[in-house]
Amino acid sequence: MGGGKERFTVVGQPLPKIDAWAKVTGETKFADDLSLPRMAYGKLLRSPHPHALIRRIDTGRARAWPGVYGVITGFDLPRVKFGILPVSQDEEALCTEKVRMVGDAVAAVAAVDEETAERATELIDVEYEVLPPLMSIDEALGHPEVRIHEYGDGPNVHKAVSLQFGDVEAAFARADLVREDVFYFEGNTHLPMEQHCAVAWWGPDGKLTLWSSTQTPHYVHRLLARILDVPPAHVRVIATPNGGGFGGKLDPFAHEIAACKLSQVTGRPVKITLTREEVFYVHRGRHPVLMWVKTGVTGQGEILGMHFRTWLDGGAYGSYGVASTFYTGALQTVTYKVPAYKFEGARVFTNKPPCGPKRGHGTPQPRFALECHLDKIAAALELDPADMRRRILAEPFTKTANHLTVTTIGLGECIDRVVEASGWRQKVGKLRPGRGIGIACSSYLTGAGSAVYWNDMPHSGVIVRADRSGGVAVLCGAIDVGQGSDSVLAYLVAEVLGIDPKDIRVHAADTDLTPVDLGSYSSRVTLMCGNAAIQAAERLRARLFEAVATKLGVPGGDLVARGRRIGLPEDPDRSVSFAEAVVLAESVHGVLAMPGSYAPPKRTGKYKGGGVGPSPCYSYTACVVELEVDGETGEVRIDDVWIAHDVGRALNPLLVEGQVEGSVYMGIGEALMEEQVFREGLHKIPSLLEYKSPTTLETPEIHTILVETDDPEGPFGAKEAGQGPLLPVIPAIANAVHDAVGVRIDETPITPDKILKALERKREGKPPRVGPERLPRFTFPAPRIVESAFGQPADGIAVRPFQAPANP
Amino acid sequence: MPKTLLRLRVNGEEHDVAAPTHKTLLEVLREEMGLTGTKHGCELGECGTCTVLVDGVPVLSCLALPIELEGREITTVEGLASGGRLHPLQQAFAELGAAQCGYCTPGILLSADALLAHNPRPTRPEIREALAGNLCRCTGYSKILDAVELAALRSPGGA
Repeated sequence: MGGGKERFTVVGQPLPKIDAWAKVTGETKFADDLSLPRMAYGKLLRSPHPHALIRRIDTGRARAWPGVYGVITGFDLPRVKFGILPVSQDEEALCTEKVRMVGDAVAAVAAVDEETAERATELIDVEYEVLPPLMSIDEALGHPEVRIHEYGDGPNVHKAVSLQFGDVEAAFARADLVREDVFYFEGNTHLPMEQHCAVAWWGPDGKLTLWSSTQTPHYVHRLLARILDVPPAHVRVIATPNGGGFGGKLDPFAHEIAACKLSQVTGRPVKITLTREEVFYVHRGRHPVLMWVKTGVTGQGEILGMHFRTWLDGGAYGSYGVASTFYTGALQTVTYKVPAYKFEGARVFTNKPPCGPKRGHGTPQPRFALECHLDKIAAALELDPADMRRRILAEPFTKTANHLTVTTIGLGECIDRVVEASGWRQKVGKLRPGRGIGIACSSYLTGAGSAVYWNDMPHSGVIVRADRSGGVAVLCGAIDVGQGSDSVLAYLVAEVLGIDPKDIRVHAADTDLTPVDLGSYSSRVTLMCGNAAIQAAERLRARLFEAVATKLGVPGGDLVARGRRIGLPEDPDRSVSFAEAVVLAESVHGVLAMPGSYAPPKRTGKYKGGGVGPSPCYSYTACVVELEVDGETGEVRIDDVWIAHDVGRALNPLLVEGQVEGSVYMGIGEALMEEQVFREGLHKIPSLLEYKSPTTLETPEIHTILVETDDPEGPFGAKEAGQGPLLPVIPAIANAVHDAVGVRIDETPITPDKILKALERKREGKPPRVGPERLPRFTFPAPRIVESAFGQPADGIAVRPFQAPANP
Repeated sequence: MPKTLLRLRVNGEEHDVAAPTHKTLLEVLREEMGLTGTKHGCELGECGTCTVLVDGVPVLSCLALPIELEGREITTVEGLASGGRLHPLQQAFAELGAAQCGYCTPGILLSADALLAHNPRPTRPEIREALAGNLCRCTGYSKILDAVELAALRSPGGA
């Protein structure tokens, strides 16, 4: 691996995605496009109450309704609770005793068509005993006598974390400036254009197949077996191409489980497609987070110590929430030098749809707080906020205070490039009133270092199979969610084997056929599947080289694979076509199907980050936003976004740009308009019209700059691009609003009413700020005290359990 | 449920379809005719995902009733390519990475096709305006705008 750019023939080219043709012709089969003979349509009956005991469920009238094939409740399922994380097994597919949110499923119907199924759900009689709902962090902490769950770190406290790395109080004592700020990040949701859909077929052979728009077929496979009490060997999960996921299709869902059970009881394939309203309730999106941050700095803005507290409104179930909680405190240290760091976080249960991972998982909220906080520090010290950040960057190939190992850092170049491109120096503090410019930076992981369940196996596997035709099949458990993971696999294998991506077919995400990949989350697929694919392809190439070397009577080490030929680089007469090479090698070795595996490096150190935070490497981003604020209406119009992203290496710059642009767009939505908010347990705006998201008219011109650092951990040096670029956009907007009109909106979304309120406060001589005024009454546990690892050298080269053979 | 026999002209071909009269065009296209290229995002007329063309005009198929469309020319994404050749918009969307997950793509292609039919050289603001009713969550719209511009440049009425 590695080597100069000139070595590449496929990598770095702006090629169309391998599935582009299917997507532009409508040929791609999403889950709801599937139809099987005799298929029934399912619907879930969902709770209208945010918190209630179930006293009785009577399905008699529904069962008797014409066209109904089957009705199930939770009593028809094994009485086992589940959850995506082993530490939070708190969900039932169909609730039997208690509902904890509006939208909790209590029964399911399969019928001849969707309308009949829906009508039948209305005929199911459920008697509830309504309990007091807890709708906010304050209510949940203030009413310990009402318990949403019986487990956790305190009454209605799902998880409380307290960690200290070095002495922050001593750092504050010697700081030139110590600043405290409070921020609030409103919850919002993924809003994939495709509604979730599952098609299940439990055949007469007792084997179950589920087609589902899931980002994690492997986890669904494992959990279905447990939830349905069927041997995992008899379960097959096929993930269909996701019509957008963004983290919203990462949990096992009630509709998937109900479709399977209904298929078993009716003897028919069953499809359940969620309505858009249901998607809003299914959620698992961005946590609302209240944050307090205290930082001590020198007169030049160098951070001496930081103390960060977060309170997460988790909603009704655990989901990925323990990970989310850790993530709100994990990555603050990866961007800038933070020698001493303390983090306290608490996730609270409330009677709302559970939150979980959305693009950036738990890190956009603290990033918003941190980058606005740094801007306030720069202002207090009368420093240019871009220059101050540039001076305090984390050091490459070192460890952070909280024991994260950082490899390459291209953030300095990212800052320089956006400062230059945006005309920052001519603009900052110099634009006319109402017009503003702001900057922010960020970093994000390239794949979580740990699986959601502990094991010693690879995180990703790939099989590369060469056919006598010269075609190559790539089998991998990852599902393409639109980011282009199938294409990246094809590019990498084509690069190694010297063939064209068109010669490759990628077969993805079928638990019967493809090696396990943990899933399309945590920006892990390019790095982990990519490294596995390179290993598999290199092993295959070694076989081909061996056979060709024998045939040509040359040393194997002299051969190259390029242009669909294998042979001597300078002598076209002494080479064979790729297809001939396959025939030669298959004649010697038999079937040519080679595996590759990848697991993240196991790094040493006293602290492992609670399984959250460590990653093979981190991407870096800097963003400058220029905008206009209308002082009369409070409206914000973003005109330009300059964003530079350290992607390690752009395997396909077109796809990387697409990920960056999509992240900017989503960040703009979260910054200015998107909010997942509830009234008495009901979603206030569960529709695409009322849940405001940016259209073509609100999305500005995005100037994308790619920075390459050739990271040793990544496939040919690549780092992530799908999530990190969202992070700096939100605080850059907040900082630009301040530059424009001199008010601080310390909570998202930055809506016109908040801007007008802050402007009014400014006119009245009050602090020109809108944001949270107070913090919950909550005592965090005593901190786990760990020595700061700040500045220690990185563990260096990754220790990989699956070593690729040396290049022939 | 009683069904009515409908004669629909879709992508240049006559189709006889039996469907309940309250079924939407979206449902009839997808479920009765197997034309699943047309997608749905809300079924309430809010997101533009299910856009098709009726006599060249973008229509939200989730709000249209087939019984009102007999004799009209309905175009879905399956009808954009002709004779094995992709439509210039399809070609441009594929080349420039304008389709990520691809779920909103059919609707956007048809909205863009209607735009180019009456305005072969649209400005970028005109493209933004024409596509403002089609939500996309993946792309940030940039590559979509680029692709429409490229298709316009390549089309006979273009530059």
